[in-house]
Amino acid sequence: MDWQGQKVVEQLMQILLVISGVVAVVVGYATESFRAMMLIYAGGVVLATLITVPNWPFYNHHPLKWLDPSEAEKHPKPQVVAKKRFSKK
Amino acid sequence: MHSFGYRANALLTFSVTALAFICAIASFSDKFSNQNPSAEIQILNINRLKKQSYGNDEVSLTLDISADLQSLFTWNTKQVFAFVAAEYETSKNSLNQVSLWDVIIPDKEHAKFRIQTSNKYRFIDQGHNLRGREFNLTLHWHVMPKTGKMFADKIVMPGYSLPDAYK
Repeated sequence: MDWQGQKVVEQLMQILLVISGVVAVVVGYATESFRAMMLIYAGGVVLATLITVPNWPFYNHHPLKWLDPSEAEKHPKPQVVAKKRFSKK
Repeated sequence: MHSFGYRANALLTFSVTALAFICAIASFSDKFSNQNPSAEIQILNINRLKKQSYGNDEVSLTLDISADLQSLFTWNTKQVFAFVAAEYETSKNSLNQVSLWDVIIPDKEHAKFRIQTSNKYRFIDQGHNLRGREFNLTLHWHVMPKTGKMFADKIVMPGYSLPDAYK
């Protein structure tokens, strides 16, 4: 999953769960049924899981542009030169 | 959110937290219900008032208990536990409470009832204080919710008394 997809997934998950919680409370209170509230919320959790947890293709529409290998060779990594440090007393 | 396990964990913890929130809201919604329970108890007969062989007074009663606890039930109520207690004062104890009868009410339909019964649990005093004793009969109830805090209340009915002599 690319970065854009990860961001979308996190927001989607939170929104889906909050909405299913709100709908669950409202419907449960209106119908005076605790069971209705629990079932609606459980359904919302399952829905959110199916939408956000698997790595669906539409989360990969903005893939990272990795550097081309031939371009990378033209710019070698700088060498780290080990320096001796004289410790001060 | 870079891996399956990461996303599954994030969803699990967020959904459990949201579940805690909706249970808290459901419990809070109980505050908006109007509750007006009522009850009446009559003593039909005092069957025996005796002194037990090893010392304490005991009385056996027949009670007529009628109550309407339907307004205590909300969508968040699991059950209501109700019991009748005899309360009186003696020189030894400022408050004696003896539970005489109880019931578990599982739903609203069973919450309005009238029952005639002898006391389910024995009414035994700590001593010999029951002759001529005046006492209250109190109907207590505990409302047990599906989620949230249990709360309890009562109706006190004063003015009952026991005979002056053993019978």
